[in-house]
Amino acid sequence: MLGRGIIRGLIETGRNFCGSYHDKERLTTVQYPEEKLAPQENARTIPFLVYDGNDPVAGLRCTACTICEQECPPQCISIVKDTVKKPDYLGKMQLHPKVFDIDITVCMSCGICAEVCPFDSIKMDQVFELAQGKRSMILHKNNLAKSNTYFGEIHPTEAAAVNEARAEEVRKAEAKKAAQAAPVSA
Amino acid sequence: MIATPEIQTARTRGIANHELLEVSMGPHHPSTHGVFRMNVLLDGEVIVKLTPVFGYLHRNHEKIAEKNSYLSAIPYTDRLDYICSMTNNWAYVLSVEKLAGIAVPERAEYIRVITAELTRLFNHACLAGFLLQDMGALGTPLMYAFREREKILDLFESLTGSRMMCNYLRFGGCRCDLPDGWLKQAAGVLAAFSPFLDQFEALLDENEILHARSEGVGVLPRELAINAGVTGPGLRASGVNYDVRKVDHYGIYDRFPFRVPLGEHGDVLDRYMVRILEMRESIKILDQALREIAPGPIIDPKAKLRNLRPKAGEAYGRIEGPKGELGFYLISDGGPTPYRFRVRPPSLINLTVLEDMCIGHSISDVVIILGSVDIVLGEVDR
Amino acid sequence: MLSLEQISTRICAAIAGARIETVPNASPSAQASLLIDNEHAREIAAFLRDDRELQFDYASNVTGVDWPEKTVKVKTKTKKVIDGVEKEVEELVEQKTPAFLEAVYHLYSMVRGGGPLILRLRTGNRTDHAVLPSLTPVWRSCEFQEREIYDLFGVTFEGHPDLRRILMWDGFEDHPMRKDYQPVAEEETKP
Repeated sequence: MLGRGIIRGLIETGRNFCGSYHDKERLTTVQYPEEKLAPQENARTIPFLVYDGNDPVAGLRCTACTICEQECPPQCISIVKDTVKKPDYLGKMQLHPKVFDIDITVCMSCGICAEVCPFDSIKMDQVFELAQGKRSMILHKNNLAKSNTYFGEIHPTEAAAVNEARAEEVRKAEAKKAAQAAPVSA
Repeated sequence: MIATPEIQTARTRGIANHELLEVSMGPHHPSTHGVFRMNVLLDGEVIVKLTPVFGYLHRNHEKIAEKNSYLSAIPYTDRLDYICSMTNNWAYVLSVEKLAGIAVPERAEYIRVITAELTRLFNHACLAGFLLQDMGALGTPLMYAFREREKILDLFESLTGSRMMCNYLRFGGCRCDLPDGWLKQAAGVLAAFSPFLDQFEALLDENEILHARSEGVGVLPRELAINAGVTGPGLRASGVNYDVRKVDHYGIYDRFPFRVPLGEHGDVLDRYMVRILEMRESIKILDQALREIAPGPIIDPKAKLRNLRPKAGEAYGRIEGPKGELGFYLISDGGPTPYRFRVRPPSLINLTVLEDMCIGHSISDVVIILGSVDIVLGEVDR
Repeated sequence: MLSLEQISTRICAAIAGARIETVPNASPSAQASLLIDNEHAREIAAFLRDDRELQFDYASNVTGVDWPEKTVKVKTKTKKVIDGVEKEVEELVEQKTPAFLEAVYHLYSMVRGGGPLILRLRTGNRTDHAVLPSLTPVWRSCEFQEREIYDLFGVTFEGHPDLRRILMWDGFEDHPMRKDYQPVAEEETKP
């Protein structure tokens, strides 16, 4: 019969159309911005700097080693080292950045900076509602620094692993210090 | 098509007499799959000559890769064929592994096969949807295909952090391991894919409009396809049994018994049906891979992430991407950046015979033939 | 697939005057290539495609490579007179490597399933002798790729049916993939 294929197709479409009124499976969209889907745990958009505790200056983990600046594919990070050193979580004196700028209109969200950082100090954020009127958007150190608690909220598994590893380092350092301070038995 | 001087003079005369009309289709055109332009010379509505013009998306990816390290080139390969980022990553990583002699552990090979076949599934589903939209189906099959694609993109987001620009494979393995529950979620997505294909075929396989518009249109003869370097489903639709997965035996594809669908006539309908059948074969491969994958290391422990300096030499590595043979040719001079980084783009080479397929057909057929070639401008222009 | 030496012998036996050299490859991929001379290139290509034992019917990839002149220090033995006695001394002498542009062809056989066979064609220099014979009449897949080498490297292919720029716009004047290309600052290219 001429038109048989078309009628079969239309029956399929009709089934989907009527089904979308009562079957949740068939309705596949959400009404953004009234409803929003929560981002997945691993999602990445732009980088941010992690700081421990409450002080974004003293607790900043970054030691200005510039590995992320060298590895960044579009070269969107620029770092200027500071001459003053401050102690890190193990008590060692480390450099820290005077200027840490990321041009997020150039950033391609690849996550390589977070992957190569040896100090777990730069991680990927999940914010995406960043539209605004200027052409170039450079985020500075104070915009980029976010607390470790925030890191734990957006990436719980990864933050838990990093916290555990750092706590282990602190325990090992303290055990070494205690062994050195204890008097040698005669 | 190489025009003889007689044909060229006839065309010039036709243009002067206002019998032939030269029209530029694109680059701003909804059906050209990107910023692609075709200068067509028309006799009424019939194509007499077709010249493809591209370069509107040329970013000189090859030069950028010469400035950055080998690791930094991986996110740029995502952006070549921006729909299929996992297979682009695999082709590049395979070439570097050939160049530097890096081995890959078994779990990583299984993960590569799983992600590549998922990519092939949604690429072919997208192509089927877009081709039918070009034929006038106004979005319904496209939206059904995109529903399945969304599920696979959710899988990629939970694995790699990003839906499309995955940046996941590394030299000697993968960047991170599968999260808990990923394999179960993937099995669920796959279980829903076969009924979707059945629904898709019920929707359209007997449709009279589809057959009238695609049977006998854009025929590509077998010898021309081989000589012009056409690869992928377009080549197999012309009857040539050449699938790089079967020829090169790269990765662990030897463990998966899958068939290679071939077409008979080399027209648009054959190219469409070959892709539907390839989707069914990919589902079989995925079923087996999801069952057989075992725990283990996901990257070679001796592989260097930063500062990789392969020995001076060169290597050409290729894979069967969803669009055809995607190859990377790398020359190293012993330094931290590649000396020459060349992408062999399947979409560009498949366009060599676009004119031959379109001559004698009408403008509406040109849109369908271009849709069946399956191009992505990110790859054509790089 | 036959080995490179066997293929080389077959070509030399079939085409008189062909000059072929094997270029080794030190990397683990072990993909060595054949450097063929420009006068017999098209004959050799047609032979590779049509010969019953070889049947390389599929040209997969055509690449352009820029090799600018480089100064390298090479250890050479020279005779020098030291304290009245003639001795043989090893010295580091500066030499200039030749400058040329190269086209590399990767060939496969779809019928037999073998490959890749890699061919190299070199120009005389990078300035006025940057000409190579086009292999498009033999393999149609070289058409767009040779146009790309013309556009981005500046190699003219003789015998190409339609040699014009493919990726850069028509009025563009430089060759972007060359090693000494200086990109123009953005303000100057705005209309």
